[in-house]
Amino acid sequence: MSFPWAEQYTPKHPVMQWVDEKLPLPRLVYNAVGAGYPVPRNLNYFWNFGVLAGLALVIQIVTGVIMAMHYGANDLVAFGTVEQTMRDVNAGWLMRYAHANGASFFFIVVYLHIFRGLYFGSYKAPREMVWLLGLVIFLLMMATAFMGYVLPWGQMSYWGAKVITGLFGAIPVVGEPIQTWLLGGFAPGNASLNRFFSLHFLLPFVIAGVIILHIWALHIPGSSNPTGVEVKGPQDTVPFHPYYTAKDGFGAGVFLIAFSILLFFAPNFLGHPDNYIEANPLSTPAHIVPEWYFWPFYAILRAFTVDFFFIPAKLLGVLAMFASILLLFFLPWLDTSPVRSGRYRPMFRKFWWILLADVAVLGYCGVAPAAEPFVMISQIAAAYYFAHFLIILPLISRFEKPLPLPGSITEAVLAKYGKTDGESAAVPAE
Amino acid sequence: MASVEQIDGTGPSGEDGVRRRDFINIAAVSFAGVGAVAVVLPLIDQMNPSADVLALASTEVDLSAIQPGQAIKTTFRSQPLFVRQLTPKEIAEADKVDPSSLRDPQTLEERTVDGKKQWLVTMGVCTHLGCVPLGAGEGENRGEFGGYFCPCHGSSYDTAARIRKGPAPKNLEVPKYSFTSDTAILVG
Repeated sequence: MSFPWAEQYTPKHPVMQWVDEKLPLPRLVYNAVGAGYPVPRNLNYFWNFGVLAGLALVIQIVTGVIMAMHYGANDLVAFGTVEQTMRDVNAGWLMRYAHANGASFFFIVVYLHIFRGLYFGSYKAPREMVWLLGLVIFLLMMATAFMGYVLPWGQMSYWGAKVITGLFGAIPVVGEPIQTWLLGGFAPGNASLNRFFSLHFLLPFVIAGVIILHIWALHIPGSSNPTGVEVKGPQDTVPFHPYYTAKDGFGAGVFLIAFSILLFFAPNFLGHPDNYIEANPLSTPAHIVPEWYFWPFYAILRAFTVDFFFIPAKLLGVLAMFASILLLFFLPWLDTSPVRSGRYRPMFRKFWWILLADVAVLGYCGVAPAAEPFVMISQIAAAYYFAHFLIILPLISRFEKPLPLPGSITEAVLAKYGKTDGESAAVPAE
Repeated sequence: MASVEQIDGTGPSGEDGVRRRDFINIAAVSFAGVGAVAVVLPLIDQMNPSADVLALASTEVDLSAIQPGQAIKTTFRSQPLFVRQLTPKEIAEADKVDPSSLRDPQTLEERTVDGKKQWLVTMGVCTHLGCVPLGAGEGENRGEFGGYFCPCHGSSYDTAARIRKGPAPKNLEVPKYSFTSDTAILVG
């Protein structure tokens, strides 16, 4: 599981020894996120985002459980109870704004975490399972975020629910029964609101469970690192505690400052004014857009405007949107290059930047009105997205000539700081 | 081992190599599997529309107050429903169009009940992204084809509520309905 040189848990206090005999939970924590987990010594700040995502989940669960204490899951009162939470409940405004903006920050850190993994090849053997479980977490997050957005029962909540469940209606034959089954009616209503509330409460704990599997799978080979070269010996690692608890603590501080700025100075910046109007099935908002973290996928959904043979455009869009995420499950086998890190893959690195720009363009098109030139731009960008994973990555894996890899993590670190005299040279404290 | 098997009650193998224990295994697992499926069914079915929702699955609409040229907006299955009495001019305009030139070819006859051509009953749900088109209310923009106009992405429907311009792929949906008397319909 861990490297043989990992520090051993040796409780000194008799009570801790007694606990260790009966239920070695402190030992588990020590070996998972304590001194007992050796981590490559060269991790940069992009390795903070896993812990930050965990922090974001904790913020969501704490504020969410509190929100649930003041919420009425019934279509007649839901909108009112959310407003009451904002206006009358002590610190209710803080809980709601923290929960709404916390969702955005959760997605920000998760997207950074994913693109970190894409750049440094963290999805490659032996860490495929870590990547796959991460994608499962991502899918669960999207479902949770969508259902949570419906709960305030504002106009965007209602019409968002209608459009998104309408996606299932595009499936031939069984689509409409599925849509009715999901909603518990022919349009979003009380039944839909209640089941979304129930699942919105449940899924975060499922996410927490999958996160445990994600970390478990990670700790079998150990963390990757910016060079992508595997750990070769004790000189390549430092204990997680105190080295990375401190580094992650610093990152958490920066994260919380950024979060607070948005939370206290622009809490509605990422929201839609329409959602402060109670849901009205007889009047549609002029412009239905999902939350920002769904924009790239929404653009892919809308990119299909013409039928292809017998497949209607709407169904194609739905299939493409789901495929854009399911595709990522095959990534460890599409990128066959043995070199992990983008640092030593000059071609791969360029295409990584293009992919990043492509997703940004898709995001921009997702919020733009469904008119030219955005339809054409999103078609090209969507096509490129699929081409990146299905054509470009397999090809560059085959033809690219990677740069020479460092002999070890320590060698890379010492080269960076101008030392060549082996492991006795400590990295200067900064 | 033979003696152990006898103690277990598994007995010796039959001629085809199948033991009594194999039969018991398959039978027990199958029985448990059928039981599991029987339990899952209600767990899934509870998510389907409940009886009170289904009770509202059909709507009766009184047409007596609707004058030619007027439309009302009501709800059917929690979604907007437009009921319009067409004027002779609007009927003529709709009949004038060659159906084969349309995106979703249909004649006014196909979209109305026999002999009640003036009654146009459609869902008020744009077939593009589900917005509610304008045109049913007094003084609302009815678009350049004089039917309905969707403000979201500019789909224009003609006097037979057929799509004529804009991104919507289909005509406004005509729900299943029947006349219960000369001045009342039952939708659904």
